[in-house]
Amino acid sequence: MRLTQGTFSFLPDLTDGQVNAQVEYCLAQGWAVSLEHTDDPHPRNTYWEMYGAPMFDLHDAAGVMTELREARATFPARYIRLNAFDATRGVETIRLSFIVNRPSREPGFRLERQEAAGRAIRYTIRSYATDRPEGERYG
Amino acid sequence: MTGTSAQENSAVATDLAAELAASPVEELLATLDAELIGLVPVKTRIREIASLLLVERLRGSVGLSAGPPSLHMSFTGNPGTGKTTIALRMAEILHRLGYVRKGHLVAVTRDDLVGQFIGHTAPKTKEVLKRAMGGVLFIDEAYFLYRPENERDYGQEAIEILLTVMEEQRDDLVVILAGYGDRMARFFQMNPGMRSRIAHHIDFPDYAVDELLAIARLMLARMQYRLSTDGEATLAAYIERRRAQPDFANARSIRNALDRARLRHANRLVTRPDGAPLTREDLMTIEGDDLRASRVFADHAASPAAGERDS
Repeated sequence: MRLTQGTFSFLPDLTDGQVNAQVEYCLAQGWAVSLEHTDDPHPRNTYWEMYGAPMFDLHDAAGVMTELREARATFPARYIRLNAFDATRGVETIRLSFIVNRPSREPGFRLERQEAAGRAIRYTIRSYATDRPEGERYG
Repeated sequence: MTGTSAQENSAVATDLAAELAASPVEELLATLDAELIGLVPVKTRIREIASLLLVERLRGSVGLSAGPPSLHMSFTGNPGTGKTTIALRMAEILHRLGYVRKGHLVAVTRDDLVGQFIGHTAPKTKEVLKRAMGGVLFIDEAYFLYRPENERDYGQEAIEILLTVMEEQRDDLVVILAGYGDRMARFFQMNPGMRSRIAHHIDFPDYAVDELLAIARLMLARMQYRLSTDGEATLAAYIERRRAQPDFANARSIRNALDRARLRHANRLVTRPDGAPLTREDLMTIEGDDLRASRVFADHAASPAAGERDS
């Protein structure tokens, strides 16, 4: 099951040229771009691990693309996303976030039903990948 | 067959004329000539680079390709010969010639590249390189990067990262190293890899007396001062004498001399005995006496060791 998270999530994965153009747009807006990675793709897991520090004061997308190539080489079987942070006073939040790398096999999520008091049913989803310990989940 | 190729050849020739007319090269070189005195080797090299980029574009249009040329440079020369000034303008020049995409300049020294402890240098250097991409990375006094006397110095690590990026991402950034001639020569001797990856070694010559005079005139015009006729002759004499003395730093020494002349000029106006109203002319004009008070002219009276050397 293909994971869909963030901006452009229902589009096919962006090519490097398209990622480059998005980064150029972010830099033109004055946003700081950063990379994060994880192997726990639960939708509520917002805290992915940072890949290097956020890149401030960049003028050209080439710097981000270099970093992205390194991140993909380091974690080929993890999800990697690219975030653009807007530091404008009063905004101070992520403006754009999309997935730029995903494992080749994505097993998806299991729906679990829990029978609670009365006849109530509680639902939860669990990634098949997280049955295994961190670092051994994909590939 | 020959008819077609002759036709093609004439088409390329007209293209070249059109491209030449449209290119900013002549305008760029004209501003350089107006604002920077002397520096013939530098201007020649800029003209060559501009021509190459132009021809490369034309070759591309007829399907010939050689890839982007390597434009990493090293600037060597004595103090005050304009290395930093040119480097600061190089980003703008290369941007206007269409070689670099963004045309910003990131100026760094050893402190910005080399870390304090193990594992600190690589992220620091990489961050600087990422910031410089799309523009020019200017490393002033590059020989400080390498300290042969300390074998555990992290400068070597920074140099290796620099070399990789200079080689692999040639179209993403241009690296300019600058420094004094003899020390740069030793630096390149110790780092042959760096030497071979830099295509353009440009040596900045010392200025001649008339060039220094022209520079002084330009500096004064920018500060909205001017020299009297006597002042002009005195400045020429001053330059002659100052050049023969130790620690002469070309244009920098001239700037310092002019700054001190401004002080004396101001003092002369404030303490003048008659109290007549000051004219605009008085406020602008630096007289020969303002320069003649310099220690350079009292050279034979006082020993050079006494007092401040440049005053």
